[in-house]
Amino acid sequence: MQTIDLADSDLRTLNATLQAAATGGGNQTAWEVLNPRGAHALAVGLDGPIEVTVRGSTGYYCAGMNKEATVHVTGSAGPGVAENMMSGTVVIEGDASQYAGATGRGGLLVIKGNASSRCGISMKGIDIVVHGNVGHMSAFMAQAGTLVVLGDAGEALGDSLYEARLFVRGSVKSLGTDCVEKEMRPEHLALLADLLERAGAPAAPEEFRRYGSARKLYTFDIDNVQEY
Amino acid sequence: MCGIVGLFLKDEALAPGLGDMLTSMLVTMTDRGPDSAGIAVYGAPETGVAKVTVQSDTPGAAFDGLDSALAQAIGGPVSISVADTHAVLRLDAAHADAAPGILRGLRPGLRVMSRGETIEIYKEVGLPRDVAARFGLRAMAGTHGIGHTRMATESAVTTLGAHPFSTGADQCLVHNGSLSNHHNLTRLLEKAGIAVETENDSEVAAAYLTWRMQQGATLGEALEQALQDLDGFFTFVVGTRDGFGVVRDPIACKPAVMAETDAYVAFGSEYRALVDLPGIETARVWEPEPATVYFWTR
Repeated sequence: MQTIDLADSDLRTLNATLQAAATGGGNQTAWEVLNPRGAHALAVGLDGPIEVTVRGSTGYYCAGMNKEATVHVTGSAGPGVAENMMSGTVVIEGDASQYAGATGRGGLLVIKGNASSRCGISMKGIDIVVHGNVGHMSAFMAQAGTLVVLGDAGEALGDSLYEARLFVRGSVKSLGTDCVEKEMRPEHLALLADLLERAGAPAAPEEFRRYGSARKLYTFDIDNVQEY
Repeated sequence: MCGIVGLFLKDEALAPGLGDMLTSMLVTMTDRGPDSAGIAVYGAPETGVAKVTVQSDTPGAAFDGLDSALAQAIGGPVSISVADTHAVLRLDAAHADAAPGILRGLRPGLRVMSRGETIEIYKEVGLPRDVAARFGLRAMAGTHGIGHTRMATESAVTTLGAHPFSTGADQCLVHNGSLSNHHNLTRLLEKAGIAVETENDSEVAAAYLTWRMQQGATLGEALEQALQDLDGFFTFVVGTRDGFGVVRDPIACKPAVMAETDAYVAFGSEYRALVDLPGIETARVWEPEPATVYFWTR
């Protein structure tokens, strides 16, 4: 494993090194980052199958725009973690601040603690599994992908929702406009089982309720369903 | 965007290092607010003594002989300690309420930063590092303190526009955000006899809390009422003689992180501000909930 210590390396060097390793196709695929000390934009723009472990807590925008890489943060993450993720996996051992996984198009984001407000805002295909609770306005305008919450959801869950699927095991403080509870069908239980297993989440699919769009706020046409 | 830091000590053994810890936290928040910086430090009370912190752009002329002039005016002893553009005047606590008006009369243009038994406020335009060095903030001791780095969005970059704002004895407030009903509140406060000095929305919030506490509210109650009456974006950190409070608006888009150990409660706009605090590795670290009042008193 290669180690980069931010006590004696700057952020640009760190990201340039990781980005080069991700796209270079070399043998150095396991990386460790020490002393993150809440720094912004750590391990962003990775475009290849490397594994990065950040030992500590991160600031804004950790693992943004991730593609194929696995980024593991042993502490908590600041606002906008895994923002606009394309693919790959991001795991946060602690809590995540607001708008975790915002606008993400693919991949899996796992938050083992709580996520605060606006988790998964405008998500476009990413899967997010939160072991704890999510704050208010989570999955606001979420277009595609899946948000799974093992704990409780705050106010206005799924406001102005498009076609993202929301699963909550605990209580929902309130549903946002055009978000409704829906029937849990076998395909949803299968989807949940797969996600929970991949996220190491200790829960059974049957314990969850499903929420989705009532499709009254936007013009939904069944002929376009494969676009989501 | 602005940066806020705050530290409320539970373990008095840490008091000599308060200024040092708070200054490091403040400087870390420079890129959230490079326009100006300020800090409120609550020191140990001295029996029967009140402190008035004043500021002048021409400190040489303004502070020369100010102690004896004030002593003559109030008929009691006054001592002065000057730190760059600021000076702290110590006087009999019985004259604390009258002193600001007398001082403005003695030296037109003098600005009163704070008054009270324990509070001192230092704030100026400039990088947080430079502001801290000018006033020797690192060497200051105290039980709690609040700092602010300002990126102005709402009113001019001036000394008086910098935070913290103090509108009552031993009270201060710093703000990240912007209010939208502060003009209405200013009119309401004026009717209640509370004057604000600047065009700044944050000063109105400070004056609002002063007003509520004058009416008998505790700090916690005043913050609960602020959630009802203040409209806009805010993360506030507030200090009183014995208390330290935090509240965020219901949308809570202005960032906030808190840490608590047996020795202290700390606030930072970002976790970066907290990383050098003793025992942070094992502290309880959390993000304060929206529309939820947090306060501690000693």
